[in-house]
Amino acid sequence: MRLTVNGTSRSYDGDPAQPLLWYLRDELALTGTKFGCGIAACGACTVHVDGQAIQSCVTPMSAIAGKHVTTIEGLSVAGDHPVQKAWADANVPQCGYCQSGQMMAAAALLKQTPKPTEADIDRAMSLVICRCGTYTRIREAIVAAAGGR
Amino acid sequence: MTTPHDLERREFLKRLAAGGLVIAVGASGVRRLEAMPAFFAAGDPFQPSVHLHIGEDGLVTIVCHRSEMGQGVRTALCMVMGDELEADWTTIRLEQAIGDPKYGSQNTDGSSSIRGTEYPRLRLAGAAARTMLEQAAAAEWGVPATDVAARNGAVVHVASGRSLPFGQLVSRARLFPVPAAPKLKDASQFRFIGKEVAGLDLHDILTGRAVFGQDAKMPGMKVAVILHPPVYGASVATVDASAALKVKGVERVITLATTPIPSGFQPLGGVAVVASSTWAALQGRRALKVTWTASPNDAHDSVAYRAALQASSRAPGRLVRKQGDVAAALSSAAKKVTAEYYAPHLAQAPMEPPAAVALVTGDTCVCWACTQDPQSARNEVAAALKVPKENVTCHVTLLGGAFGRKSKPDYVVEAALLSREMKAPVKVVWTREDDLQNGFPHTVAFQHLEGSLDATGKVTAWLHRVASPSINTTFAPGVTDLSDGELALGILDLPYAIPNVQAESCKAAAHTRIGWFRSVSNVPHAFAISSFVDELAHAAGRDPRDFILELLGPDRIVDMTKVGAVKPVDNYGDTWEAHPLDTARYRKVVELVTMEAGWGKKLPKGEGLGLAVHRSFLTYVAVVVHAKVGANGEIAIPRVDIAMDCGFVVHPERVRSQAEGAVIMGLSNAMTSELSFKRGRVVQSNFNDYRVLRMSAAPRALHVHLAPSGGLPGGVGEPGVPPVAPALANAIYAATGKRHRSLPLGKA
Ligand code: FES
Ligand code: FES
Repeated sequence: MRLTVNGTSRSYDGDPAQPLLWYLRDELALTGTKFGCGIAACGACTVHVDGQAIQSCVTPMSAIAGKHVTTIEGLSVAGDHPVQKAWADANVPQCGYCQSGQMMAAAALLKQTPKPTEADIDRAMSLVICRCGTYTRIREAIVAAAGGR
Repeated sequence: MTTPHDLERREFLKRLAAGGLVIAVGASGVRRLEAMPAFFAAGDPFQPSVHLHIGEDGLVTIVCHRSEMGQGVRTALCMVMGDELEADWTTIRLEQAIGDPKYGSQNTDGSSSIRGTEYPRLRLAGAAARTMLEQAAAAEWGVPATDVAARNGAVVHVASGRSLPFGQLVSRARLFPVPAAPKLKDASQFRFIGKEVAGLDLHDILTGRAVFGQDAKMPGMKVAVILHPPVYGASVATVDASAALKVKGVERVITLATTPIPSGFQPLGGVAVVASSTWAALQGRRALKVTWTASPNDAHDSVAYRAALQASSRAPGRLVRKQGDVAAALSSAAKKVTAEYYAPHLAQAPMEPPAAVALVTGDTCVCWACTQDPQSARNEVAAALKVPKENVTCHVTLLGGAFGRKSKPDYVVEAALLSREMKAPVKVVWTREDDLQNGFPHTVAFQHLEGSLDATGKVTAWLHRVASPSINTTFAPGVTDLSDGELALGILDLPYAIPNVQAESCKAAAHTRIGWFRSVSNVPHAFAISSFVDELAHAAGRDPRDFILELLGPDRIVDMTKVGAVKPVDNYGDTWEAHPLDTARYRKVVELVTMEAGWGKKLPKGEGLGLAVHRSFLTYVAVVVHAKVGANGEIAIPRVDIAMDCGFVVHPERVRSQAEGAVIMGLSNAMTSELSFKRGRVVQSNFNDYRVLRMSAAPRALHVHLAPSGGLPGGVGEPGVPPVAPALANAIYAATGKRHRSLPLGKA
């Protein structure tokens, strides 16, 4: 099968049941996508597949055939996606481990809903746990990335 | 400001070998080191903890001996030393130290990297190097040293405006003796300290390039996951690995020995599946068929255990503090209040589960790990491999959260043992299930409090009994109750002006490993103490804020030798002289937080404000939670205010973010999290049932109010957590009249 990862076309002939997460981390060395639970309960592994935010830890490679995958490494060339800029301005990260997933979830949200309400933010972002507790800053950064309120 | 980048270690060593000025900070002061050879000299009585190196190219390298886990220590060290040095921020580079006793304590624990005497020592190093560079420039120009000043990476002759960059002065500066008491900068001249500085690792985090333990790699590396014994103390009885070995990519199945109870930092043992990829290892583990030996903890059950702790706390325990005559005061009181509080086991559950890579070659070992303490990792690996600890090199990656879990290096030892077996580099990956079910849970506590009020509503007696298994049970046999150090976390240092106070530590056996958790025993202790103060206030018919201020008594330094403690009371490893128990600082944070939160304002039915104040890690914190309780008992938190007096603030942005994080973690502890046991096994397995706070439940507004009082810095990472849970319980009482005495309080 073939797939595209961060704009590069790839072929894959390994175990079709292997989750995308481990393909990205172990085979492509794209370790910006994190492992936090493995059961779609924490969002650390969130990436975009054809523009949609999905949990890569429960998405088998067989479901990715022919699709476009974007990881945090491919969100922007220079780290200047509006979400990354807003994250920097609000100094969101603490340890940083959850933040790839947070930013990928936020970027997908803003793409679909450029002016999200509080409820939209809650819905999209409650999938992604931050144990360091950066939620208030994430909310602030999303509002800023959406061009303020 | 641009962000300094990490140097590759090899490049750094080359840089050191090339000369330049090396200043080292030790407990006894500051010293210049010769380049490489002396830098690594063994047996030198001088034990520097931090190194500052200025190269002939002008680059400033700071060696960070502590681990970065989101608290910002890497940035803070650069801010403090770089400021005193008058460095150009863009020339500062950071090198993460390996584990080595030459750095002094590297245990990133107890909120201790900046607090207390660390901060002045760090400043001293920067100031000493700056002074030497100034002397070198003065000598170069033949002018008095008082006529020159270091400014932003160069020394300037003030009158003529001539200037020389640091790099060109280094070789001359080396010839001057290191000043023992260099002049420190005046606070008004600080450029980094106390200012907003972007985190050193921010860009790497934002672009997915930051390397955590789970991301560490070595060429030819295998990946291992381990099926650990489900009950503490059990070991492998039989293994059927046939199905596991059929999984494509699985290379070997290896049985690991179980360390007998108490197992300390050594691994639990179990069955490891080593494979060419993480996915193969995970599938192989699922295919294992393993039976386990019996364990003395097989019957451990959290419901029965809670009842046992309750019974224990209802009988007298080991007397640890006795002031006045509590029994007499209680029996003659106008009003007596009794309350019991329960706080369950918790898991640190950092978002990054533990992980380590190790390569054993002959009798040497190199490892990379997300560890809070690379020295203990090194010691434990050396002990397990039976090699001298000098043969073990432990590198530290970034830590994806830690909260105490990663000060225990059992997973690093596992990687080393497996690498020795495999004769190849091995990465051990802990899954979330491993983390929750085979970790070092935070202690569980049952507390029995009695208090009395006189006819005017003044508190006359306070009895506090705690039954809670000690962390020491993990390390030594025969530990029956909390240590004096753990009791000093809130109970022995209760500051209130109450004439009769008694504290007792009651028996509590451990049936699991017990470990540090952010704020340690302050968490359950503050929950009981600050809830009970609120209960007494309501029993006295008083406003809780006024009641707390009255209970604190007149502003004073509490003489800790006169509080009736049976033994001298620990003060987070610091002296009471340098960091006294100051009731004025409690009062100020209470006044600040209640003013900011609008204490006393009229709220709709079903809403209320709750207040709690607690000192820990030398820092004073007061919290007001605004809770809103719905018709079906569902709890929402529109707003939290937290006021913190941590003495001097080095890095305000990080102090704020640590306080915000502490509020979220405190709310998780209070509302959702509980680790429980049945048949000796942890019931919860992942974030689906070990619940932590998510965005939707987080407070809509979270306001941090810094109330710095100057002086030496207190801790910052931990002290925000303890007052959060009781402030929430008190807010719910204010909102509904229902008192929650058992956590998590979402559970009936
Ligand atoms: S690792 Fe995929 S959701 Fe947690
Ligand atoms: S920043 Fe550490 S888990 Fe979110």
